[in-house]
Amino acid sequence: MMVELGHFALVLALLLSVAQASLPLYGAARRHLGLMEVGRGAALASFVLVALAFAVLINAYVTSDFSVANVVENSHTDKPLLYKITGVWGNHEGSMVLWVFILTLFGAAVAWFGDNLPPELRARVLAVQGMIGTGFLLFILFTSNPFLRVLPAPANGQGLNPVLQDPGLAFHPPFLYLGYVGFSVAFSFAVAALIEGRVDAAWARWVRPWTLAAWCALTIGIAMGSWWAYYTLGWGGWWFWDPVENASLMPWLAGTALLHTAIVVEKRDTLKSWTILLAIVTFSLSLVGTFLVRSGVLTSVHAFAVDPTRGTFILLLLLVAIGGPLTLYAVRAPALKGGGLFAPLSREGALVLNNLLLACAVATVFLGTLYPLFLDAVGGPKVSVGYPFFNRTFVPLMVPLLLAVAVGPLMAWKRGDLLGALQRMWAAFAVVLVVVVGGLYATKGGPVLAVLGFGLAAWVAMGALTEWAERVRLFRAPPGETLRRVVNLPRSAYGMTIAHLGVAVAVAGFAASAFETESIQTMRAGDTIPIAGFSLEFTGVEPVQGANFNADRGSFLLRRDGALVAELHPERRFFPLHQQTTAKTAIHTNFLADFYLALGDPDGKGGWAVRAYWKPLVPWIWIGAVMMALGGLMSLSDRRWRVGAAARARRAPPVAAPAE
Amino acid sequence: MTRKRRRLYVVLGGLGALGVVSALVLTAFNDDLVFFYSPTELRAKNVPDGRLVRIGGLVETGSVAHQADGRTIAFRVTDGKEDVEVAYVGVLPDLFREGQGVVIEGALARNGTFRAAEVLAKHDENYMPREVVEALKKSGHWQEGGSQEAIAGRRP
Repeated sequence: MMVELGHFALVLALLLSVAQASLPLYGAARRHLGLMEVGRGAALASFVLVALAFAVLINAYVTSDFSVANVVENSHTDKPLLYKITGVWGNHEGSMVLWVFILTLFGAAVAWFGDNLPPELRARVLAVQGMIGTGFLLFILFTSNPFLRVLPAPANGQGLNPVLQDPGLAFHPPFLYLGYVGFSVAFSFAVAALIEGRVDAAWARWVRPWTLAAWCALTIGIAMGSWWAYYTLGWGGWWFWDPVENASLMPWLAGTALLHTAIVVEKRDTLKSWTILLAIVTFSLSLVGTFLVRSGVLTSVHAFAVDPTRGTFILLLLLVAIGGPLTLYAVRAPALKGGGLFAPLSREGALVLNNLLLACAVATVFLGTLYPLFLDAVGGPKVSVGYPFFNRTFVPLMVPLLLAVAVGPLMAWKRGDLLGALQRMWAAFAVVLVVVVGGLYATKGGPVLAVLGFGLAAWVAMGALTEWAERVRLFRAPPGETLRRVVNLPRSAYGMTIAHLGVAVAVAGFAASAFETESIQTMRAGDTIPIAGFSLEFTGVEPVQGANFNADRGSFLLRRDGALVAELHPERRFFPLHQQTTAKTAIHTNFLADFYLALGDPDGKGGWAVRAYWKPLVPWIWIGAVMMALGGLMSLSDRRWRVGAAARARRAPPVAAPAE
Repeated sequence: MTRKRRRLYVVLGGLGALGVVSALVLTAFNDDLVFFYSPTELRAKNVPDGRLVRIGGLVETGSVAHQADGRTIAFRVTDGKEDVEVAYVGVLPDLFREGQGVVIEGALARNGTFRAAEVLAKHDENYMPREVVEALKKSGHWQEGGSQEAIAGRRP
């Protein structure tokens, strides 16, 4: 009964989405306030309905209702409660419901917080959101319905892939989807602006917070995924240039570009049509990302069964969702008049450079990810594109970007002074020099490129700090004045400083991977091996019992100069239900370096394969990502979003229909 | 700075960036595309030593041997027609097993063994890498029916 209720709620939500997609659009064209207001009610109501359906599905998992096919395929009574819940989005059907849930959440947020939007714009934005919702609900109901029953109900389910039973991965999809779907708001605003034929600074002020919020969530989502891969897969890698990872990196890169170009629209009223295009492209890449991963085109832990109807539907949906707006763009964009002029050397110019490089980076990742699929589709040879390709295309594009990141914010709007900006960065030059020369000296004969990477990180960090120091007039104004400025600096300024520092921290983490030490050994109880100045003693293996697995738990003592640093317990877990073994690595970190230990197979003669790594600065990669997201959130909390938005609010008439 | 002049700069910048990207991508494609071969194709194509390729097939039953140095693992990968000796230094992935499908990235050494840089078997145990399925079909050793069910995955 409950399950049918969920199914019914989804059908109702579909009908409401159709209404939300059509009536407000018609109302906006006819300037009919009542019809325009339908969008708000429909957005809020379909959110409630999809939330209900999602809750029903979660309930079916929690209570292990094995009359539901989706639960049978992906859950098991022995599974811990957390993984029963997260199993909901660990499969195709459930993840699509999560997707629509987040979509309607954003739609409802626009309806709820959109009081200060002009009614026509709000109506059109909600209509576009409604169209996306319609497409996805149709997709769920016709090809991926999670509420289908099985008769007779089996006694137990088939469980969730053990690799996915992990707290890090449990929350990776929701964050990723918050990012992907969050970009739908920027997309809807862009399409609405194209329909309206008007883009102004106020428009950018509405788009930016949504983009920023989505970008923060996506940053966290990607970082979680990479962190999970790092500590569970037992290879110690944190980025594999796997198509699945690239699928999330592309919208992130495009979103980063969008974030920066929206600033130009807001402050300088120019680069409008490019910003609109970026908003469309960013969400399109999110769609491509979702479907690349979920459609089974790519084979990986993320891919689920391949179903031809699904594939056709997906292609059709992509065609409409991407082709439609791009056509509209081709027709309408020439009418968008650019505003302020600027010299190539100016802050706008720096942001254009940022966008160019990010767009090129997206293009290389896109090519590298899709070329093998394309070649396969036309019957060419089977190829794969691995990290060497990306190291040679993506990385060279990031170097000039990082060089510019430090200087750009120091340039004035309209007409900047590059020489002056570089002069003001004397401290940065000094620090970079010390880092590079010191680094080369300390790692004599070591990887030169990695040392230059540290230099780049120092350059970015010093650039961010220099900009901050300029703003607070550090050492140039009396301390009291500086202190007053430190307190009064807008949060968005701090947001930028923190996010750029985060980039620097992450770059240092990437570069440091060249200095890691690896030791792969077969060890017996009592063996001791030296690694990176530590000594690692293997004391033995004991069996342990988990909720739905048995494990061999290794015990290791990590010592430095005879003093105990840590006790490490990597495990090999065997999940009888799946006949599958996973590695549970043991990591000792002091935030400057990780000591990483994975237990491999026994050799049958009392020895165990052991993989040990010393990885300097690796935690900085995730610390940097978190800093970027924090910077974004800091910016998001700026008063300006509320103050600025109010300027056009007076024109909004009182709400006609009560929002339910 | 007129509007036209600015547009010219932007277009020139865009074209320049496009050129750089094309150059980067093309040279990288030239050297870094990793081709996938079945053991039969690997023998037939005379792939030069040291060129990075991927091979895929089944791990031959009874072929996995730990070598005396305690670190190197040797096994054979077969598509039913040909097989390739593979040597790998490291910890094998969790899903590596005899008789299972596997994809290996690496290069041929001068003595004809395949030096694995990476062993990819990160699929669940019922799942067979698609490339391997096709390689087996090509060699005519693909079992329809019986093993098909195991390969198709867990969906009822």
